[in-house]
Amino acid sequence: MQTNSLNHGDTETRRNFFLRAFASPWFFHVLLWLAPILFLLSYFFLPLSKILILAFNTSALTKANFQLILPIVSFTFYQAALSTILTFILGIPSAILFSRFNFRGKPLLRALTAVPFMLPTVVVASSFNALFGNHGLFSFMQSISSSFILHPSSFSLILTAHVFYNTTIVIRIVGNALSRLDPKLEQSARSLGADTFHVWKNVTLPLLRPSLLAAALLVFMFDFTSFGVILLLGGSNFSTLEVEIYLRVLKLPNLPLAALLSIVQLIFTLIFSILYTRIISQVTAQTNPRFSASRPPKTPRERAFVFTLYALLITFFLLPLASLPIRSLTRLEADRGQRGEVQYGFTTDYYEELFINRRGSLFYVPPIQAARNSLGYASLTVLLSLALGYPAAYALAKPTRLEKFLDPLVMMPLGASAVMLGLGFIFSFGRALASPFFVPIAHTLVALPFVIRTLQPALASIPERLRQAAATLGASPFRVWQTVDFPILSRATLSAATFAFTVSLGEFGATLLLTRPEYPTIPIAIQRFLSQPGGLNFGQAMAMATLLMLLATLAILVIEKLRLSDSGEF
Amino acid sequence: MKKLTILLSSLRQAQGIAFLFLLASCAPTPTEPQTITILTHDSFAISEDVIKTFEADNNAKVAFIQSGDAGSMLNQAILTKDAPLADILFGVDNTFLSRALDADIFEPYQSPVLSDISAEYILDKTYHVLPVDYGDVCINYDKNYFAENNLTIPQTFEDLAKPEYKDLLVVEDPATSSPGLAFLLATRAHFGDGYLDYWQSLKANGVVVVDGWETAYYTNFSASSGKGPQPMVVSYASSPAAEVFFASEPLTESPTASIVAPGMCFRQIEFVGILKNTLNQALAQKFVDFMLSQQFQEDMPLNMFVYPVNQKAQLPEVFVKYAEVAENPAVLSYAEIAANRDAWIEAWTEAMK
Repeated sequence: MQTNSLNHGDTETRRNFFLRAFASPWFFHVLLWLAPILFLLSYFFLPLSKILILAFNTSALTKANFQLILPIVSFTFYQAALSTILTFILGIPSAILFSRFNFRGKPLLRALTAVPFMLPTVVVASSFNALFGNHGLFSFMQSISSSFILHPSSFSLILTAHVFYNTTIVIRIVGNALSRLDPKLEQSARSLGADTFHVWKNVTLPLLRPSLLAAALLVFMFDFTSFGVILLLGGSNFSTLEVEIYLRVLKLPNLPLAALLSIVQLIFTLIFSILYTRIISQVTAQTNPRFSASRPPKTPRERAFVFTLYALLITFFLLPLASLPIRSLTRLEADRGQRGEVQYGFTTDYYEELFINRRGSLFYVPPIQAARNSLGYASLTVLLSLALGYPAAYALAKPTRLEKFLDPLVMMPLGASAVMLGLGFIFSFGRALASPFFVPIAHTLVALPFVIRTLQPALASIPERLRQAAATLGASPFRVWQTVDFPILSRATLSAATFAFTVSLGEFGATLLLTRPEYPTIPIAIQRFLSQPGGLNFGQAMAMATLLMLLATLAILVIEKLRLSDSGEF
Repeated sequence: MKKLTILLSSLRQAQGIAFLFLLASCAPTPTEPQTITILTHDSFAISEDVIKTFEADNNAKVAFIQSGDAGSMLNQAILTKDAPLADILFGVDNTFLSRALDADIFEPYQSPVLSDISAEYILDKTYHVLPVDYGDVCINYDKNYFAENNLTIPQTFEDLAKPEYKDLLVVEDPATSSPGLAFLLATRAHFGDGYLDYWQSLKANGVVVVDGWETAYYTNFSASSGKGPQPMVVSYASSPAAEVFFASEPLTESPTASIVAPGMCFRQIEFVGILKNTLNQALAQKFVDFMLSQQFQEDMPLNMFVYPVNQKAQLPEVFVKYAEVAENPAVLSYAEIAANRDAWIEAWTEAMK
């Protein structure tokens, strides 16, 4: 129909048509979406639908299967909701701490909170145990630790682990928004006589809503699809949808059931995302891009707050993390025969041993190469996910009807089972999948929702009238972007980059990949050492994990130190 | 309407570009006719020299792809039967053998080197898969713990349910772990249909179940470097040798030992097979011969801590000194395992809840 009318029209209308088309927000938005949608289509929707179509059949729609699924769904919900609430209970005060106050060691502590996100669960558990458990180096702390890691119900351990892993999401997303708030708003509320509670209730919280929602969605989704933590700590007593899919694909194969579970999980993801889109479209929080500067705590109450939270965060994050480097430098083995007293000693053996290929193994991982590969993949993931995430977030910040439809879809990779998607990859790409090219692509799939959800609230908070004012004053579109958008965005960009970086370094979604010994990464090296018995293997795994932790902390510090803006506002 | 057309046409463009993307991403590393690809599990390891020898002798390039543990690897191989990821699959064991054979993913190949292989390991008389190595899954114990507490070493499964061994054993979940499954099979072989009652009694005696070997060994087992709370763990009969070989200080005695009492261990035999639709059958056959050859077989023990099946292969010293072989491992035919494995695991999971 449309082609017809075009053919009939003369050149004039045709030119008008194109002009209007180019100028229309639709065209601009389609342009923005081109790359991200193509990426998601090629590497997510196509492979996933391929495998789901192949695996699913109606025979799975039995009453027995639904009876099996129901308790799994409700447990998945229950633990995700509880974990999210707990994460917020720690995360919100921490976000306030980091965005409002200055104190010693703040950048380091802030960087450290992001580290658990990328450490293999088994490494943290073992090293913690090695130090604080029965025979540990600090066995005097056993009473504390045994109530903490050895004896409590596995359910409370799951919740604790989720908080440990995900608090950083709240700190980064909500903290960003907090420091983006115009301090004048709170000040005027205060001068009008409002007390702290009312300032928060009536001014701060409403302004924070978009970021709170974005953080809640991400944390909830991460807990909802939690895999490693549940598998490691939950045993056979607790199963989430993601764990059950893994079991039904690879362990007790029942592909139709696995496909059904995947579809259920995807539908829930879609529902959460649609709900989020609905709610977020009702809240617009545009503020002036003036930043609340953080300052040292002044009143005794502030000091008490900063000190308590500081101590809490140090205990909660630093203790388990510190156990890694300590353990990697400690020899716990004793001479046999006189083992009543376990002897300890300082040693750098494990690090030296990392550089030796003692057995001449083809699968030996040189630490430098592993670090280089890990960093290389992580940098590519940052670039790729920012390049794809920026246009998408831009489009989402000023939604048209197109975005109403597309918005929920960008979250889907977080809700897809990594195992199922992995199968889809194998089907779609076959032997080519062994190419190292797929590693950053797979990481980007997981990183992209984080990047978009981090950038979107920031982009939406940029007041249109500032842009218009700049444009009226004769600024070119680039100049407008540079002076208005960019300063507001640089913090959000740094957060987004940090997420992408940590997602890649921690190799989320790695289950969907085949590994080639030619391109080892640090997590693969850790895995290798832990797959065989022996003190040297354990020590080297700890040394490698320490290396990963150091690299990650340094990289995050560097990312956060970057001054992308010349405005001096930071 | 106009908007719709634009959207549609850009979608069409999008498809075209998506296709290009796909093409670009599919562009493989150039597959030379002399490359041979082996799909294997994550625990596979071998010396560089050994592979170099094969590459030099056959003007070939050997590539490895690792894809999870043995079970995951096999399931992926079955799913990609028509367009296999590799030419050879190594690492399917006797607990999964029937599934592999039923799925008909292998080409038969009767290697001439089979004459050097002990007949007891050649389970598949149609030669679709050939044995490469074996290892016994047994309970390892913390020697020091038992000495200090004057505890005798349990010698039967029934012993483990006695009060003096309460809270002392950690096992792996058979649904997620291959040694866990092997241990379950050993109890099944011993108790028959009563195995679930036995597991109930273990549960009452405080057996700890974890997801995989790494957690069991490094987080829970007291004699490993993880210094966990349990002095007994389901591991391999070769693990004590690995403890010596990988000790951080030279040891003259292993801190651990295996319980190799009759029927308490389960023997895992690992097989290799040539995948149907291989791109290079002749080279694949040569590589299978090579895996069974003395050179490869003698290199395996210190790389993977398994035993060679080639009778000519000499064991390394650390194996002779510190590793034990179960004299009478539990026996279950692979056909029986195949027919019941999933049902046994599900029943076990239900019983242990």
